[in-house]
Amino acid sequence: MTKQDAAGMTRRQLYEAQQRKRSIRIAATSTALVIAAIVVLVPLTPGWEKVKRSFFNWDTLVDTFPKLLDAFLINIMIFAWSAPAIAVLGLLIALARDAKSPALFPLRIFGAAFTDVFRGVPVILTVYLIGFGIPGLGLPRPWNSPYIWGSLALILTYSAYVAEIFRSGIDSVHHSQRSAALSLGLSERQVMRDVVLPQAVRNVVPSQMNMLIALQKDVSLLSFIGPVEIFRQAGVFKSLLANFTPYVGAAIIFLIVTVPATRYADYLMARQMRERR
Amino acid sequence: MAKLELRGVEKRFGEATVCDGIDLDVGEGEMVCLIGASGAGKSTLLRCINLLEPIEDGAIYLDGTDISVPGLDPQTVRSRIGMVFQSYNLFPHMTALENAMLAPRRVRGVTRAAIQPEVEELFARFGLADRMGNYPDQLSGGQQQRVAIVRALAMRPEVMLFDEITSALDPQLVGEVLDVLLMLKDQGMTMVLATHEMGFARQAADKVCFLKDGRIIEEGAPDAIFDTPKMDETKAFLARALK
Ligand SMILES: Nc1ncnc2c1ncn2[C@@H]1O[C@H](COP(=O)(O)OP(=O)(O)OP(=O)(O)O)[C@@H](O)[C@H]1O
Ligand SMILES: [Mg+2]
Repeated sequence: MTKQDAAGMTRRQLYEAQQRKRSIRIAATSTALVIAAIVVLVPLTPGWEKVKRSFFNWDTLVDTFPKLLDAFLINIMIFAWSAPAIAVLGLLIALARDAKSPALFPLRIFGAAFTDVFRGVPVILTVYLIGFGIPGLGLPRPWNSPYIWGSLALILTYSAYVAEIFRSGIDSVHHSQRSAALSLGLSERQVMRDVVLPQAVRNVVPSQMNMLIALQKDVSLLSFIGPVEIFRQAGVFKSLLANFTPYVGAAIIFLIVTVPATRYADYLMARQMRERR
Repeated sequence: MAKLELRGVEKRFGEATVCDGIDLDVGEGEMVCLIGASGAGKSTLLRCINLLEPIEDGAIYLDGTDISVPGLDPQTVRSRIGMVFQSYNLFPHMTALENAMLAPRRVRGVTRAAIQPEVEELFARFGLADRMGNYPDQLSGGQQQRVAIVRALAMRPEVMLFDEITSALDPQLVGEVLDVLLMLKDQGMTMVLATHEMGFARQAADKVCFLKDGRIIEEGAPDAIFDTPKMDETKAFLARALK
């Protein structure tokens, strides 16, 4: 039997509890010090009063926040139709790049070229080229809408990245799974669909979550070709009120969405790491 | 005519010849054990029989039909020959039952309802009736390997290949898997095993083949191989393996 003290803890548990308390004390003290330094030092800078007025104006924030939220609905809308399209196209491109049959060789080349091109060009350039270029062809309404072509630019770029992630997921499935499935008489296609893909997709969920978060932010790039989404709306307010606070408001709205999503993705990633071990 | 006949089977990986002219007859209902040091080519030979590896030269006959013709559709052959691996290789995203029903449903095109009674019966026969709903990571190694055997049997194969199926198991779980092999033998299954279980090979095999460097150096009845080996290589190997 181990020796226990009054609280029913072993010597080791007692020691660990003490250590934990000590770490918490140190972490709390150092955090408080850093915050105090910022609160005390930043207002001492010569430009602080001006910055405070133009970036952290409470009244402006309260006045513009609802409109910013409205504009954010446009971001959500663009995100909502782009994300599924990206998932489907990304998966198709991943499969095309891994196609083995010679008849599908052109598909493989196309898949490779596609990912090279769209991963190689900055998103904003793709948005400009497609978002201004295609409506420039003089298409009739609604086909000249920047929503359509801007979304397409995002879909193409993100599909290229998402396809590569799916491919790494497919590679991560051990080849013995393929052997086992083939030995049962399944065809290559059935092996892919029933055995490899389900495991591959599951393996890359955390990475794809991170792509979704990046996409959510990059939707704002469409503001450069027309749609009045949250970033553009904040810009409108800035010009109107000669104040930068709406940008801070927009940043807050983004953070409300992306911080929980990022935490969740990290949680999934950590859980997967534990399962692998 | 034997159920399975290998004639001059040759397999190369690049420069390395891993199967170097293998001749082997496996009669209907026979159990043949392949023994030999690590790297002798046992696994590769089994993979060749199941057409998981194409062979360079020679021929493999199943019921007298050459199944090693280049370009032949391997699916039909594989659905007639079951294979079980050292590392179980169950599909981790499916329950034991789903693992076993996947191939019949996809390859034979039968419905879930049509195949389920037969597959459940298999699970029951091998003492897994209460494990069908479990995922592989909820099963012990011995249970996983028995599920893998059931999964192969669900295709109603005519020949079964076993590649060191007890090597990854804790010693106390080996017995339950070997018992399954004895049951299959009683039922008249034709089987080829690569194995390091010398005691089992001696007790259960109809024929034992000793492989070295991709060749069958010596073959014969278990007693002959284990008690009166003729070749020096066999003697040396057994001396080490039985120590
Ligand atoms: N896919 C492959 N590519 C190249 N070489 C291979 C491949 N598979 C097997 N080999 C080689 O072929 C030889 C025989 O391997 P094999 O796995 O068949 O031996 P084994 O008798 O099953 O050994 P063990 O008892 O360790 O399982 C080894 O030298 C191995 O390195
Ligand atoms: Mg082997």
